[in-house]
Amino acid sequence: MFLQQLVNGLTLGSIYSLIALGYTLVYGILVMINFAHSEVLMVGSFVALAVFRFAPAILPQGPVGLIVALVLSMAGAGVLNVVIERFAYRPLRHAQKLAPLISSIGVSIVLQNAVFLWVSTQSESFPELIAATQFSIGGAGVSSLQLVCMASAIGLMMGLHFFIEHTKVGKAMRACSDDLETAGLMGIDSSRIIALTFLVGGALGGAAGVLYGLNYGSIKYNLGFLPGVKAFTAAVLGGIGNIRGAVLGGFILGIMEVMAAGYIPRGSDWKDVIAFSVLIFVLLLRPSGILGEKIAEKV
Amino acid sequence: MTEPALLDIQGLHTVYGKKIHALKGVSAQVRSGEIVCIIGNNGAGKTTLLKTVSGVLQPDKGAVRFAGEAITGQPTHRIARMGLAHVPEGRHVFPRLSVAENLEMGAYFRTERDLSKDYDHVFELFPVLGRRKAQLAGTLSGGEQQMLAMGRALMARPRLLMLDEPSMGLAPVVVDTIFDIIRRINKEGVTVLLVEQNAKRALQASSRGYVLETGEIVLEDKAETLCSDAKVRKAYLGLQ
Ligand SMILES: Nc1ncnc2c1ncn2[C@@H]1O[C@H](COP(=O)(O)OP(=O)(O)O)[C@@H](O)[C@H]1O
Ligand SMILES: [Mg+2]
Repeated sequence: MFLQQLVNGLTLGSIYSLIALGYTLVYGILVMINFAHSEVLMVGSFVALAVFRFAPAILPQGPVGLIVALVLSMAGAGVLNVVIERFAYRPLRHAQKLAPLISSIGVSIVLQNAVFLWVSTQSESFPELIAATQFSIGGAGVSSLQLVCMASAIGLMMGLHFFIEHTKVGKAMRACSDDLETAGLMGIDSSRIIALTFLVGGALGGAAGVLYGLNYGSIKYNLGFLPGVKAFTAAVLGGIGNIRGAVLGGFILGIMEVMAAGYIPRGSDWKDVIAFSVLIFVLLLRPSGILGEKIAEKV
Repeated sequence: MTEPALLDIQGLHTVYGKKIHALKGVSAQVRSGEIVCIIGNNGAGKTTLLKTVSGVLQPDKGAVRFAGEAITGQPTHRIARMGLAHVPEGRHVFPRLSVAENLEMGAYFRTERDLSKDYDHVFELFPVLGRRKAQLAGTLSGGEQQMLAMGRALMARPRLLMLDEPSMGLAPVVVDTIFDIIRRINKEGVTVLLVEQNAKRALQASSRGYVLETGEIVLEDKAETLCSDAKVRKAYLGLQ
């Protein structure tokens, strides 16, 4: 039972982590919450659906189809996020802090309604890119979908880690997140790095959209809202702006939610309450989140 | 015939918001090979001047030319790429990047594959950085951070190095080291514009100097001449 819940929690957590990274990357560099991120993730899942409807040949069932779906959804969601930044946030970069926040809420509403009006008002079944088979590991029932979900998420996180830690551009992203103005003095074009950050964050969101569709079997214009809020919570829990924190927060939240549903009577009704209570509790003890400790600059 | 200045600042006005007129028509020149200092008390506008030159702030009026090219209104990263390095007040190293990564960011726009000569040069100037390559910059002492900020700027192989209060908050021995290095970098061919409240040190290191008071240049001369100027002695050197 415990092992079973752990597997379920890790699956959910891997999706939360991917989404939380999108919030945290953007926050790290611009100190703003991109509320449109939940819709970027929703659009990502619809990209895969659209490809499946119009060109099913390129999405065969199996790993190839999954990778193609992930790549296309990541590209679509990433580019959408870049466009959002360019037109809805960049013009407000020197406005007061609240302006881009309000703008992101606006973008979120627009995107949700656009999909609602022009694409679909109800649940659409998501392509079965991977055949669902059950097997048992140490007594816990695991589905192929869960494994694929965790493996994809972990693979993407490892890719992100390599990019951020070991490439020159990745280091420039960290430099910009430390000190945007000084990065400019190094000859780093901070606007391009910001755009890149939205691309990467959006792409991870798009991947999460596909994994969500795969796991739940259907997608809808408003699917981004709840995982978006949860993943944002996870990012805050881990320490917003901190990349490792987002991953940690995502897994903690996912596992907690599933455990609450499994072990507490009528827990599935209460799981959101429990998740948010824990968040409040952690933030009371550690306002900057679990890993959100900033190294102060000595002067 | 005199050679045109490497940095030519003409009638610069910079205003914060709508009201705080921090620079009121500042003109100054730095010729290739010089060390020039701008001295002035806290709030005189020194930092504002450097920030306006490097494009962090936009002037209301006036123009800046660097190596003969008008740079006013250009974005910061373009100005930096032309060979104008600005070590900001308070060092501003990237705290969560390692020493080595900070240096790598200094050379961000350079396309050469092999920068080992540049790293060696920086580690020779500042041996302590070589011993702490993997340490996070935010955990260095103030003096080490100043050295890192200067080393990082040198990684760009700049033609002009602008230093904003490099001695601020540092122990006297460390200040000695910093000023020795400034002279050495200059001998190696880097032109230096130095901004300091520590007038004595700055004038000792420089060939020429400007005195900035509430946004205006009130004096400019050879450094020696300024050192013996009665007003400078009284107001900035604490001598009679
Ligand atoms: N960000 C800012 N907003 C408003 N006023 C500022 C700002 N920065 C500096 N000032 C004002 O501009 C003037 C010059 O400041 P500054 O250039 O920092 O002087 P210095 O570097 O010589 O100490 C001061 O009166 C200061 O209060
Ligand atoms: Mg200053």
